[in-house]
Amino acid sequence: MNIIVLSLIVLGVLGCLASVVLFLVARKFNVEEDPRIDLVEEALPSANCGGCGFAGCRNFAEACVNADSLDNLNCPVGGTSTMTKVGEILGLTANATDPMVAVVRCNGSHKNCQRTNTYDGAKNCAIANSLYIGETDCSFGCLGFGDCVTACLFDAIHINPETGLPEVDEDKCTACGTCVKACPKGIIELRKKGPKNRRIFVSCMNKDKDGIARKACSVACIGCGKCVKECQFDAITIENNLAYIDFTKCRLCRKCVDVCPTGSIHELNFPPRKKQEAVPETEEIKTIKIEDLSESND
Amino acid sequence: MKTFKIGGVHPQENKLSAGSKIQKVALPTQAIIPLDQHLGAPATPIVTVGDTVKVGQLIATATGFISANVHASVSGKVTKIDTFVDAWGKRSPAITIDVEGDEWADDIITSKEINRICKLSKEEIITKIKKAGIVGLGGACFPTHIKLTPPPGKTAEVLIINAVECEPYLTCDHQLMMEHGEEIFIGISILMKALGVQKTIVGIENNKKDAIDYFQKLANRHFGIEVVSLKTCYPQGGEKQLIDALIGRQVPSGALPIEVGAVVQNVATTFAVYEAIQKNKPLIERVMTVTGKNVKNPGNFAIRFGTPLTAVVEMAGGIPENTGKIIGGGPMMGRAHMTIDVPASKRTSGLLFMTKEESVRKEPQNCIRCAKCISACPMGLEPYLLMSLSERGMYEELEKNGIMDCIECGCCLFSCPSYRPLLDYVRQGKAAVGNIIRARNAKK
Repeated sequence: MNIIVLSLIVLGVLGCLASVVLFLVARKFNVEEDPRIDLVEEALPSANCGGCGFAGCRNFAEACVNADSLDNLNCPVGGTSTMTKVGEILGLTANATDPMVAVVRCNGSHKNCQRTNTYDGAKNCAIANSLYIGETDCSFGCLGFGDCVTACLFDAIHINPETGLPEVDEDKCTACGTCVKACPKGIIELRKKGPKNRRIFVSCMNKDKDGIARKACSVACIGCGKCVKECQFDAITIENNLAYIDFTKCRLCRKCVDVCPTGSIHELNFPPRKKQEAVPETEEIKTIKIEDLSESND
Repeated sequence: MKTFKIGGVHPQENKLSAGSKIQKVALPTQAIIPLDQHLGAPATPIVTVGDTVKVGQLIATATGFISANVHASVSGKVTKIDTFVDAWGKRSPAITIDVEGDEWADDIITSKEINRICKLSKEEIITKIKKAGIVGLGGACFPTHIKLTPPPGKTAEVLIINAVECEPYLTCDHQLMMEHGEEIFIGISILMKALGVQKTIVGIENNKKDAIDYFQKLANRHFGIEVVSLKTCYPQGGEKQLIDALIGRQVPSGALPIEVGAVVQNVATTFAVYEAIQKNKPLIERVMTVTGKNVKNPGNFAIRFGTPLTAVVEMAGGIPENTGKIIGGGPMMGRAHMTIDVPASKRTSGLLFMTKEESVRKEPQNCIRCAKCISACPMGLEPYLLMSLSERGMYEELEKNGIMDCIECGCCLFSCPSYRPLLDYVRQGKAAVGNIIRARNAKK
């Protein structure tokens, strides 16, 4: 009995002593940290993706707390709602940002773009790109080995085995921009998600001249300039034989989609055209135009 | 028998075209002369469309320190100064000349008579080599005049002539040695004068017995030149490996051979130096090998730069059936071509037609930690580790593990029993780390 009591007393005293020491040490070496950092970090998505430009969510939270305004700070994953929360915690106003999404600007699928050789090296875009232009004759197009897929932390991009091209899952994509950096050909771009996810973009990166571009891929942008003439909002520019649609100016009228002779301008998530009969007509016009152009090329 | 101490492999030699006489390739109707035929910046054209040029006329000058002049290798009219699509589909600048006759520049001596006397001074020799656009013909195409001017504070003690030709299949250097041995020795004397060295060692692998005998005989007539027979082992032609094999000195990591008092020149470069100094002939042609197990007439061909490779392939009997890959260069370090409809350049050392069976790369398996790649690496690196670090983008660790020392010889890949794409990833990691280092130095 004595032993039990004795041991209880000894252990109790030791415990008390240790707690006093720990208390004193904790006091002595206490690091003052803004409690708001924890709060901000909690509000962030904890994806640690680096899309904000910082090493992780904690670093971003620190930067937010230390900043005077949230103008240059944005969490692309959380978007406006997260940034508003962060703003509420810090007593700052967060700018509303448009939600963005990754867009693959290449349509050189197996069907559209002929494979002229076979690559049997390491299945990695960066390696293939450092060796040569890839399995097709287009030196700007997608290599299809999936560096973007490996890079994505959100499982939002996958290679479609039928086309051989990556496809972005809009619901999962957070526009962190990791895939943009991973792509050695610079095909992926972050674009405005658009109202009801509707987007129009040029699905091509080919800067070659008309004939060369078309020889390599049937859906290449040939830089003909028809879309530029059609656009009423000055949203389209042509540089190095390649059209680019500025998503800040585009009003989604879809006129450029209709005039494109090669069909390189894509529309996404739009309802089908109203005039059902008009569709085959435009198709016909398109084919005629292609023939005309190719003849003039020769 | 001497060889280098660490690593190395011995692939099947397959020197199918050994002993076949150097044949001249006929002039093309149109020559596309690339401006990017050397390490460093592409040359700047100094002719305009419509100009008439003679063979050996300067058409583009060196841009910056590491660069080389480019000369017309044919005579005719300049029709285009534009880009062309190279063997890997990429566009690079070139001058197109429509060939008219074969008129040589006035100061070039076209006679085959051997001129033994060189009265030029050290500086004059180096200037003349620089003007002639001579680059190392071993593969890297590093401008020769830079190698001949050691940085201040460093002196060359020994000149090493790389005549090992360690790549399987290739025989162009071997044949050049057999046919132009005398000229090569005069070239060596000129290089010795330019460097101010008293000693030269010529390293030849012992699979070229006839060349060793012939060079021994010639060396007896020349002062200060020693011929050493080396055990056949790849990559003996690497600068650092050759220095180790011949004089037993190790070049430190990140340093140049001059650090241990050696300057290495390829044997074909030596011949080009002879022609430039004694015959005033700039670098406008080289000897290349066209080979492969199914090639009808594998052989060695003297080809003017700008001639399409299709011409030389035709001379060798056309593209054989059952060709899986066409490799530019040797099988170990060469790169597969997308097309052979490209012009020959200073880089073109060979064209190898691999059969479908030979060319297939097997499906990579898991690493079994056998360490064969470590034993094979001639630079003492750990390729398996470098590969996994590169795969994960851990560039700081890659730098610490000496990735910049990698000479991309491919011994690791050759020795791997699991067919892992070691070199692919190492090369990629090396490029990335190189960019990081360059960015860091630029900041300083």
